[in-house]
Amino acid sequence: MSGVWSVYVIALTLITIIGSVWLLAMTARRPPGKEEETTGHSWDGDLTEYNNPLPRWWLWLFVGTVVFAGIYLTFYPGFGSASGTLGWTQEAQLRAEQRRYDEIARRTYAKFASLDVAQIAGNAEAVNLGRNIFANHCATCHGTDARGAVGFPNLTDASWQWGGEAEQIHQSILNGRVAAMPSWSAVLGPEGTPQTVAYVRSLAGLGHNATAAAAGKARYDGVCVACHGADGKGNPLMGAPDLTDSAWLYGSSEAAITESLVKGRAGQMPAHGPLLGEDAVKVVAAYVYSLRNAAPVAQGDGAH
Amino acid sequence: MVETYNDKVVKQFTVMTVVWGVVGMLVGVFIAAQLAWPWLNFDLPWLSYGRLRPLHTNAVIFAFGGSSLFATSYYIVQRTCHARLFCDKLAAFTFWGWQAVIVAVAITYPLGITQSKEYAEPEWPIDVLITLVWVAYGVVFFGTIARRKVGHIYVANWFFAAYIITIALLHIVNNLALPVSWTKSYVIYSGAVDAMVQWWYGHNAVGFFLTAGFLGMMYYFVPKQAQRPVYSYRLSIVHFWALIAIYMWAGPHHLHYTALPDWAQSLGMVFSLILLAPSWGGMINGMMTLSGVWHKLRTDPILRFLIVSLSFYGMSTFEGPMMSIKTVNALSHYTDWTIGHVHAGALGWVAMIIIGSIYCLYPRLLKLPGMYSTRAIEVHFWVMTIGVVLYIASMWIAGVMQGLMWRATNADGTLAYTFVESLKLSYPYYYVRFLGGVLVLAGMLLMLWNLWKTAQQARDTAPIAVIAPAHA
Repeated sequence: MSGVWSVYVIALTLITIIGSVWLLAMTARRPPGKEEETTGHSWDGDLTEYNNPLPRWWLWLFVGTVVFAGIYLTFYPGFGSASGTLGWTQEAQLRAEQRRYDEIARRTYAKFASLDVAQIAGNAEAVNLGRNIFANHCATCHGTDARGAVGFPNLTDASWQWGGEAEQIHQSILNGRVAAMPSWSAVLGPEGTPQTVAYVRSLAGLGHNATAAAAGKARYDGVCVACHGADGKGNPLMGAPDLTDSAWLYGSSEAAITESLVKGRAGQMPAHGPLLGEDAVKVVAAYVYSLRNAAPVAQGDGAH
Repeated sequence: MVETYNDKVVKQFTVMTVVWGVVGMLVGVFIAAQLAWPWLNFDLPWLSYGRLRPLHTNAVIFAFGGSSLFATSYYIVQRTCHARLFCDKLAAFTFWGWQAVIVAVAITYPLGITQSKEYAEPEWPIDVLITLVWVAYGVVFFGTIARRKVGHIYVANWFFAAYIITIALLHIVNNLALPVSWTKSYVIYSGAVDAMVQWWYGHNAVGFFLTAGFLGMMYYFVPKQAQRPVYSYRLSIVHFWALIAIYMWAGPHHLHYTALPDWAQSLGMVFSLILLAPSWGGMINGMMTLSGVWHKLRTDPILRFLIVSLSFYGMSTFEGPMMSIKTVNALSHYTDWTIGHVHAGALGWVAMIIIGSIYCLYPRLLKLPGMYSTRAIEVHFWVMTIGVVLYIASMWIAGVMQGLMWRATNADGTLAYTFVESLKLSYPYYYVRFLGGVLVLAGMLLMLWNLWKTAQQARDTAPIAVIAPAHA
């Protein structure tokens, strides 16, 4: 705040406070007339006014709040550009609280620093801690029970788009993943698209038109094979899903698969290293890894 | 020729007050139900909570509250100036113009046409119409003051005057925007300045629309109904000037712990605390007017509405300064406590003073000794009071619970609860809030019926002659 504005703010503040106190002082004096008489004004037939003195407790309440304001503005910023004798700022308060929690977190995670993800997954305390982090950061997309939703993978089944080994899960969380299924409508054409859909459904043992699927196989072997493989088992290195299992990220209906083919899909797992810190990522990765072997899945409600 | 009062416009606004009260509270009950049972959104964009919530707030504040302020200020300024309202045509324009604003709002909000500024959502063409109506309102009101036959301006008119002038200022400054089409504009402010202008507007809408205007109503109908002189002229002077000077500063308490600079937050907080005494000045002046006739509360449900509204006013103007203290705000902000606080003011104070005033005013407009059914007023009072208490109490509990859950941490430094857990635990309170809202709405329907039956009793439709001033 520049000097001019500071003076302006101080002036307005003082005018308002001093004006209020002056007003109080003027009206706090005892009225000259007898208290039982009205002011003599009259409106609308029967509207009149007494001129009773200000209730003392009310007067002192008013004065008390003004005194408090003076004290507060001495200690805290608010009087123009003056920073207040305590030197308090909300930013400093935030930093202090962050430091306190960083210190607690450092102590918490130090216990698991020397362990790798798979080892941490065997530690009950760490799994509990990871469940807590999961509930506050991951559940928004993957659900409190980690069973996911359309577009967000189920983390409790055997299907792992980017690999289900401890280190692969760790990498997915730490650095994030970007999956790109391009649109193939121009390549497959109006005839080839339903044929390919039929063949893809046949890979997973879903109901399909055999003639269309047979025609679709040629399309598949020319286009899809590059990522999803000749057997349709996918490739975790590029996040190409296994098309032969029962896990379907965007749905297995003909309409859903057609949409995947025609419009493409862009899956995004944000990198959580910068958000949570590497220590916390390792612990939450361990929790997710522990879900892999835990069927039926424990309720991840986050509280303990 | 004998001068008569212009009561036509008063009657029009009075009836629409009750109609809009029913509509606004019905929308309120519906969105309360949506919070308890989200499937009530029906996956329809124009029925979704996000679009109906501003419709509810605007309908109750500007349609219900606004119509009542037009009705009572036009009634009171004529009676206390001993003069007919200035310019019948302009007064009629304010009625039809204001109703047009309300209808335009009720159409555009569900369509998703909004400026996204809280309590100032209408897009610019509606804002222009509001400005025209408001200027006309000022001309009618101050024109009548200028024609007054008594020297002193009655205290109710000070408050109405302050409210009319300040709302014009707030509305115009907050809504300065660049239109890009008939349905879209961009506000000229950005970032923290935009937030500060918005809450300077927002809190003064509370201070001048929902407080000063209704204090004007209180200063006429409480002494009228109690048939007692106002308690203290000097208290009305000091609390009037202190109230309008200090309310202006309180806006930043809506922006604690945000990008707003520390100095502005501090000033917002200390002036909100100083505001306690001037607010209570109005409450004291209203309540103490009853000294000597407290027994009337036992027999007169209208007076009970008026006095209980002042109790809620005193309670919410104590709660407000407390919530503006940064440490308290850190707990209460963004929780349902705020919603409870707002409704303590909006239902307890504003709606109750409106209802009491209209029960007092309406029969007088029709030259009748009283409303059709005093028993119905009695029932309305109890149904509404229970409804308001259920609403406020449930939101207090839910709000404090949410605030405590969101900040709770485990020994290992992680958060103890997820947001969804606090939401799940809030559901019982959402059901209670819904029930409270249903009771309040039921009371309004009873009032509408009572108004209808009273109107049917009216026989003498000749205009009422202006009474001569006392020249005391």
